[in-house]
Amino acid sequence: MSIIDRLKPEFWDYTDVAAGPHEHLFDFRRMWKLAAFLTAAVAVIPLILLSALNYHVTQSSIESERLSRTARLVSNTRRTIFYFFEERRSALDFIVKENSFESLNRLGSLEQILKNLKNSFGGFTDLGLIDPLGRQRSYVGPFKLGGKDYSDQNWYREVLKNGVYISDVFLGFRNAPHIVIAVARSHPNGLSYVLRATLDIKKLDDLLSDVEVAGRGDAFIINRHGILQTPSLYHGKVLEKLSLPVPDYALKTQVVEGNDPNGVPLFIGYTYINDTPFILMVVKDKKALMKSWYKTRMKLIAFLGISITLILIVVVGMATYLVNKSYMADQKRIMTLHQVEYTNKMASIGRLAAGVAHEVNNPLAVINEKAGLIQDLVTLKHQFGGDPRLLELVGTILSSVKRAGTITKRLLSFSRNMEISVEPVNIKDLIDEVLSFLTKEAEYRSIRVSLIASEDVPPIESDRGKLQEIFLNLINNAFAAMSDGGNLDIEIKNGEEDKVLVTVADDGCGIAEPDLKRIFEPFFSTKAKKGGTGLGLSLTQNFVREIGGTMTVASKVGKGTNFTITLPLKMETKEGGTNEGVVNRR
Amino acid sequence: MKTRVLMVDDEKEFIQALSERLTLRDYDVTTAFSGEEAVEKMKNYLFDVTILDVLMPGMSGIETLREIKKIKPLVEVIMLTGHATIETAIEGMKLGAFDFLLKPCETEALVAKIDKAYTKKLEHDERIRAAKVAEIVDSPIAALKE
Repeated sequence: MSIIDRLKPEFWDYTDVAAGPHEHLFDFRRMWKLAAFLTAAVAVIPLILLSALNYHVTQSSIESERLSRTARLVSNTRRTIFYFFEERRSALDFIVKENSFESLNRLGSLEQILKNLKNSFGGFTDLGLIDPLGRQRSYVGPFKLGGKDYSDQNWYREVLKNGVYISDVFLGFRNAPHIVIAVARSHPNGLSYVLRATLDIKKLDDLLSDVEVAGRGDAFIINRHGILQTPSLYHGKVLEKLSLPVPDYALKTQVVEGNDPNGVPLFIGYTYINDTPFILMVVKDKKALMKSWYKTRMKLIAFLGISITLILIVVVGMATYLVNKSYMADQKRIMTLHQVEYTNKMASIGRLAAGVAHEVNNPLAVINEKAGLIQDLVTLKHQFGGDPRLLELVGTILSSVKRAGTITKRLLSFSRNMEISVEPVNIKDLIDEVLSFLTKEAEYRSIRVSLIASEDVPPIESDRGKLQEIFLNLINNAFAAMSDGGNLDIEIKNGEEDKVLVTVADDGCGIAEPDLKRIFEPFFSTKAKKGGTGLGLSLTQNFVREIGGTMTVASKVGKGTNFTITLPLKMETKEGGTNEGVVNRR
Repeated sequence: MKTRVLMVDDEKEFIQALSERLTLRDYDVTTAFSGEEAVEKMKNYLFDVTILDVLMPGMSGIETLREIKKIKPLVEVIMLTGHATIETAIEGMKLGAFDFLLKPCETEALVAKIDKAYTKKLEHDERIRAAKVAEIVDSPIAALKE
């Protein structure tokens, strides 16, 4: 038996074989399904909807909070970077405006200025003064660049045009990443000279690495072609091409969602830094950032799962319980209907039998008297020559009439016992009477029947009809269980205080252990295919209860079955429950 | 003196055979085939015992019994019945019938019952006679007047 079979309630596979058309009002499986699914749907659907809504709202609020935090970080960092360049540019501007070309070109002057710049700002590596012709006239720094001609270079043209120039990071002759800031001083005569400074990106790098970026974050600068200007942690080294696309130009700080080439979802915050070719980027790993949310989400889903499981268990349990209850009630109802039907049937048969018996009785009486008269004429009046053969014939007629008379009387006595009426009953005589119906069958099948009654068993006050019914059923069952040549022992003795015990024991096929528990259940039959209704023992037990007795059974397969009936000496005439009354009064 | 018996039953064959058998056994038997006829005969003749079928068309056994008891309270009545009407027979007993018998009955049983009923009636009559004698002895004049 699989676990499903064991869990499956009784009504699941129920088909009422014995029921008539009006006795199958409920489809229990459908009822169960309806109850279970409807209740489950009503309970679970709103729960799921609410959870989904909650999930969505929480997720989007956490996301937008993370986005705005990133945006704040980006714009703060941008300000820092912007001021870094602005400061240095202003310083150079100031120097150019404060000093004339000649004073700057004086020996040792630039050296002094570079020293001062290094002290107050830091990050400057060298300083060069370029004359209006584009030649470097004076240079201080670690490299020998004095006299270099810049006149045909792009940056030089640009600084002349705009007054200021900030370069991308590049390696240049020095083979170290650096930035060039140049400012021009326009002379009234149209000739401009330029002060050119080189910045180490170390300072910038330090600035960026000081920025605390949560969630595997990365802050770096790129130029407008996507070349990394400062080293990044996860997206490439300095002067390499950034693995992400260059974001579109925007005036303000932007935060967008994107994926890296490996498909990892990212939050990308960026801003274009004014007056420079640089774009500041802050890139965060979305997963790391949303980690706390994922934890919460797991909890939420687990809670939802547990709730749904609990709800389903309770719903299924309740549905099973309720449907089982109504199944049992329905079983009882059908049982009652059957009982009523059975009682009615018996009553009808009884009436029919009574009618037939009565009608047969009259002609029997006539035959009886006519034959008797012939007998009288022969014996009393000595007519017909006292023929002994005639007497013999008449004697046979009379004894046959007597036999027929016994049969009609028995029919009548059976038919009259439909309603409960308490009268003194001698159990032994009653069982004898019942047995007389089965004498012929017992003879044919050579079944030995013994009826033993202790002498001291008093007549009991009970219902004769029910008792007949009970013992007829039991003895019939015993006959059915036995093979030819079996033994049926019926014993009547006194039980404890005001009880009489009747044991009906056969040595037939016996009842299997699992069936033993169910034999009194209505519609339980092992002979269903052979026309058994499964009602016999159930009704018998009902009758026993009706007359205040109890019935027990003991059986061993192959050894035989023992039914023991305990009957009260005096049956209590109770005013039964409403239903019982209805059933019994029919 | 023979016991005078009135037999009432609508089944003619039955009643004739039975009456003949009783006649053979030295009873003075009169038959009636209906309740009405029985009541009529009861008015005109003297009987000791009546055998009365319970189930009859027309006047039923019980009604006949009532009538008979009205006319001749001293006549003993034996009810004859099929089993199904045993309640009726019991009702008859309550109305003063002497006994009842189930059809088909043993002739010997019937004869025994008739004799018993007759004995009872005789005793009854005897007591009445004794009472009357006592009355006469007490006041012969009153008896003469009567």
